[in-house]
Amino acid sequence: MIVAEKKPIEEVIEMVKDYHKILIAGCNECVTVCEAGGKKEVGILASALRMYFTNQGKQVQIDEVTLERQCDREYLEELRNTIDQYDAVLSLACGVGVQFLAETYFSTPVYPGVNTLFMGATEERGVWSERCQGCGQCILGQTAGICPISRCAKRLLNGPCGGSTKGKCEISKDLDCAWQLIIDRLKELGRLADYEQLAPIKDWSRERAGGPRRVVREDVRQ
Amino acid sequence: MRLKYPDAIRIIRVPCTGKVDVLHILHAFEKGADGVYVVGCLEGECRFENGNLRARRRVEQAKTILDAIGIGGERVKMFNLSSGEGTRFAEYAREMTEKIQELGPNPIKSAKQRQAA
Amino acid sequence: MSAKTPSRLEKILDSGQLAVTSECGPPRGSDIGVITKKAEMIRDYVDAINITDNQTSVTRLCSLAACIHLKQMGLEPTLQMVVRDRNRIALQSDILGAAAFDIHNILCLSGDHQKFGDCPQGQNVFDIDSMQLIQAVRYMRDEGKFLGGDDIQRPPRMFVGAAANPFADPFEIRVPRLAKKIAAGAEFIQTQCIYNVDKFEQWMKLARDRGLHEKVHILAGVTPFKSAGMAKYMKNRVPGMDVPDEVVKRMAGAPKEKQPDEGIAICVETIKRLKECEGVRGFHIMAIEWEEKVPEIVEQAGLYPRPTMAE
Repeated sequence: MIVAEKKPIEEVIEMVKDYHKILIAGCNECVTVCEAGGKKEVGILASALRMYFTNQGKQVQIDEVTLERQCDREYLEELRNTIDQYDAVLSLACGVGVQFLAETYFSTPVYPGVNTLFMGATEERGVWSERCQGCGQCILGQTAGICPISRCAKRLLNGPCGGSTKGKCEISKDLDCAWQLIIDRLKELGRLADYEQLAPIKDWSRERAGGPRRVVREDVRQ
Repeated sequence: MRLKYPDAIRIIRVPCTGKVDVLHILHAFEKGADGVYVVGCLEGECRFENGNLRARRRVEQAKTILDAIGIGGERVKMFNLSSGEGTRFAEYAREMTEKIQELGPNPIKSAKQRQAA
Repeated sequence: MSAKTPSRLEKILDSGQLAVTSECGPPRGSDIGVITKKAEMIRDYVDAINITDNQTSVTRLCSLAACIHLKQMGLEPTLQMVVRDRNRIALQSDILGAAAFDIHNILCLSGDHQKFGDCPQGQNVFDIDSMQLIQAVRYMRDEGKFLGGDDIQRPPRMFVGAAANPFADPFEIRVPRLAKKIAAGAEFIQTQCIYNVDKFEQWMKLARDRGLHEKVHILAGVTPFKSAGMAKYMKNRVPGMDVPDEVVKRMAGAPKEKQPDEGIAICVETIKRLKECEGVRGFHIMAIEWEEKVPEIVEQAGLYPRPTMAE
């Protein structure tokens, strides 16, 4: 899922401090799971902002709504009849949702309430880590199910580098060396000999480098 | 035990402090509470194992938010005691009341009054 | 193995003699005189001089410019190239830049993460990795083509090297990794500096068991300690470095003024011991900011004078 983190409240205040009718819009999916932008976080932010503005002597109306998703038009439609009464929307969805909301409601200022980080998984409640960077050419079959592009700090396809120490990456003792993980798994699978196969130069044109991406499925288009 | 504690305190019972959410704390202040304190079992003795530990972390979170918005994190605090310690409960109640009286009323109240004027 | 390039280093190694290389760190400014000075100190004591490439991600005068300068001084440069900062277009371009000035040695490296340097907020590139860079240079040299397939006008004639770190984890793949670099096309190896000679000899034995010592020229890396403090720092703070406790103790045991001499002594002993190690074809002396000691080390290790090779 997409993992995001709440923006510091000071930053949020700075973005919306001049508005008088604000809608805080949460999302029921990824940001709920990583506890950054779901219904509860919307409630907390709304309460905090209301108190802040009252304390500042400002009359600001702050409403709350949590949509099922903000990356599908059907769900964004729920706001169609009410959005014009607000002079700004603070969306706690991931960067995708914020943008889609902004595109759908072209004349409403939309502000992001979270910092979107990566595609990752829940290791345990409260800990989410990156697993995929969307390179567009999945090589997990060759690397024993561990991605060197998203988990190696240098995205080496023929790692590890000389900085790997006791299974940890040179940049942090808390970061596993992806290549140590790959080697351990190859061993487990009885495929350590595969290690010596030279991974070819990557085609990055399907990744961010190739430009903003789009998937079109003619077979399912209406 | 029928001990006396300050009557400025309104008690809200919960089955475990683990039920208290950051949102409840913030809403209390939003509605004009001058202080909020969360009283839970001694750490290690929570009937539901770690509800009181969760509560402590949420109180910390609430403190940070209250500081950031100018209400003041000192207005919320967590206390731990065992259910038999009636005297300690009264002590904590007095301590909290004194602290809040020192800090003065929730700034929101006067701000709201000024707005109404 | 017969020489395929005009590289002096390659010729010396192919003749069966021990090679000696060293390195110079470029300045954090545009004063090329710094390189002139360092290179002159070691001129007659080494066969080739590496110029580091923004080492530890600290921005410095680029390796290519300094290598061109060395060439103009009549010296033999080794261009160090990391894949952290340049994509495949820039890498190929800089290789041609080096080839234009007849620089014949290249060391292909990953590069330390930018987090360690002066621009931790910068992007990194890693378009291709060090293994793939080795392949790329060999391709440009042996096929005379760009990676994209077009012909290169006056292809580079470079002797291709790579780094090896027998002390990094996991140990069990350090020799397979050497084999991989050889398969990718590496022709010489410069290792990380050696303090744990036992471990290094263990690695060499595993390499010899696979016949790798005959497929690539391995140059053992050494760095003299200037002080006990430096020994401790390298032991604890530098990733991939193995400094045994006895070595630190030996440095700390010497009085402060004598520590530099002790460091040089350890370095010379290491070289002498490794001269006897089958498969070690030379030494790479990395005396960071202490280049003036290289002549002394080379002399005391019995490696002076350096062979003169016909051009």
